[in-house]
Amino acid sequence: MGIIEKAVNWGRIKSPWILHFNTGACNACDIEILAALTPRYDLERFGVQLKGTPRHADVLICSGPVTGQVACRLKRVYEQMPEPKFVVVVGTCACSGGVFDGCYNVKSGIDAVIPVSAYIPGCPASPMAIIDGVAKLLGSLEAKEAKQ
Amino acid sequence: MHKVIIPIGPQHPALKEPESFRVVLSGEKILEFGYRLGYNHRGIEKACEARTYIQNIYLTERICGICSHSHSSCFIQAVEEIAGLQVPRRALYIRTIVAELERIHSHLLWLGVAGHEIGFDTLFMYSWRDREVVMDLLAVITGNRVNYGINTVGGVRRDVTPEQAKEILKGMDILEDRTKYYAEIATQETTVIKRLSGVGILSHDDAIRLGAVGPTARASDVRRDTRKDDPYAAYGELDFKVITDTHNDVYGRTIVRVGELMESYKMIRQLLKNLPDGPITVKAPRRIPAGEAIGRYEAPRGEDVHYVKANGTDKPERVKVRAPTLANIQAVSKMLENRLLADLPIIIAAIDPCFSCTDRLTAIKDVEGGAQGTMEWEDLHTYSIRWYRDRGIEFGAANKKLSAMMEGKK
Repeated sequence: MGIIEKAVNWGRIKSPWILHFNTGACNACDIEILAALTPRYDLERFGVQLKGTPRHADVLICSGPVTGQVACRLKRVYEQMPEPKFVVVVGTCACSGGVFDGCYNVKSGIDAVIPVSAYIPGCPASPMAIIDGVAKLLGSLEAKEAKQ
Repeated sequence: MHKVIIPIGPQHPALKEPESFRVVLSGEKILEFGYRLGYNHRGIEKACEARTYIQNIYLTERICGICSHSHSSCFIQAVEEIAGLQVPRRALYIRTIVAELERIHSHLLWLGVAGHEIGFDTLFMYSWRDREVVMDLLAVITGNRVNYGINTVGGVRRDVTPEQAKEILKGMDILEDRTKYYAEIATQETTVIKRLSGVGILSHDDAIRLGAVGPTARASDVRRDTRKDDPYAAYGELDFKVITDTHNDVYGRTIVRVGELMESYKMIRQLLKNLPDGPITVKAPRRIPAGEAIGRYEAPRGEDVHYVKANGTDKPERVKVRAPTLANIQAVSKMLENRLLADLPIIIAAIDPCFSCTDRLTAIKDVEGGAQGTMEWEDLHTYSIRWYRDRGIEFGAANKKLSAMMEGKK
């Protein structure tokens, strides 16, 4: 691995930029994601920063079971992110449909539409769980880099 | 000057939820405002018909995660009315305590989001830090930070112990102190006053005509509060004021919400002081007799209405929800008339919109398309990929992964 690639990888792991997209969630996971970014839990100490556009994001954080209308938008948002990209799903309904499983307008899980790197279950997932999930994802990336 | 149409959303930095707006501009001025709902439509009303009453409590709670207790209480009030259940007073008091704690968390959340929308991120961080106090209290009483699951048909599932009551009172003291500080910011900080005054004006008559509810209506001096007009749970026995304001703008809505926070602290102290003894639940039948009822509830964002029709089985025949945002969103186009584009985020945020509440039964015709509406979504999609490829940007690798995955699924 070249020195530039190494530097880029180091930057990516030490400061992943995230994009939050609500794919039909009830808002509970979304306020917990925001709570994880505010002073009590402070996800920013891992270098995590919330961004406004998919083009700046390394990690897409999704919540919600994917409704019929939002599915094509989710795909588009995912496509617009630069490589390498990771998807973290937050909440039981984003993992598997949860309480909305079987509803006529629901796709039952983000992985029915785009590939997923990490699942964080919970209804809603607590900020601690979200931090744990993100830290585990970063840890797995670090391990992968060490192997190469 | 020619018109420019700007689509905003469903993914946009200023919006926390997937919703889509279409703004027609002349220069910086907003001429027309249209919204398109349905991105959050999960089909909850239909799903209610396939689930039992007990399951529906948890489902209605997940209509919205911010005012979850509002929806489940509203639903349950209608069910209890049909079944003719006499809910114990202690249960009603506990429901009201959770309801007011929820209002506190929701208004603090709003204060932070409003601060964020006007570029005052310090306020956002401050109020969200203080919000953790009430989140902890909710976790102590109900076992969960959000989506409390405390309601059950005929009462509540958990009791409030004297130790918990002490903890709540301690929390109220901290929050009251902090809210006084926010009230000071709202009434004395020049930048806040200048930024919010005269923005998003909704006159008294318009508020009534457009059917605004909750703090949005009360900031236009409409004395409309279900807790006073049609007392439910323990509100009939409480001493509190309905906060109204005559500013008619976003500034007024801030004052109303901060004022309501102070009233909520007062109410919780009264509730804990007069908490009656006795059981917390009565035995409820699994099958609810045929009948219909309407539940009314003052959610943090305004009046929430649930209609329930029972047919004698253990599942409802029809459930209909009218969430407060649906009543308030009509007023937004009035508020935006002739305002600048830069005011749009804070005006929308000022009604404290909750689209996951609202998007349930909106019939949407998909008219998403190109310039003359001749381009279908798929065409537009291919076009945009081609556009990027022409400019040397290839999403191919990602797309291959995606299509390989899709093939595998099929």
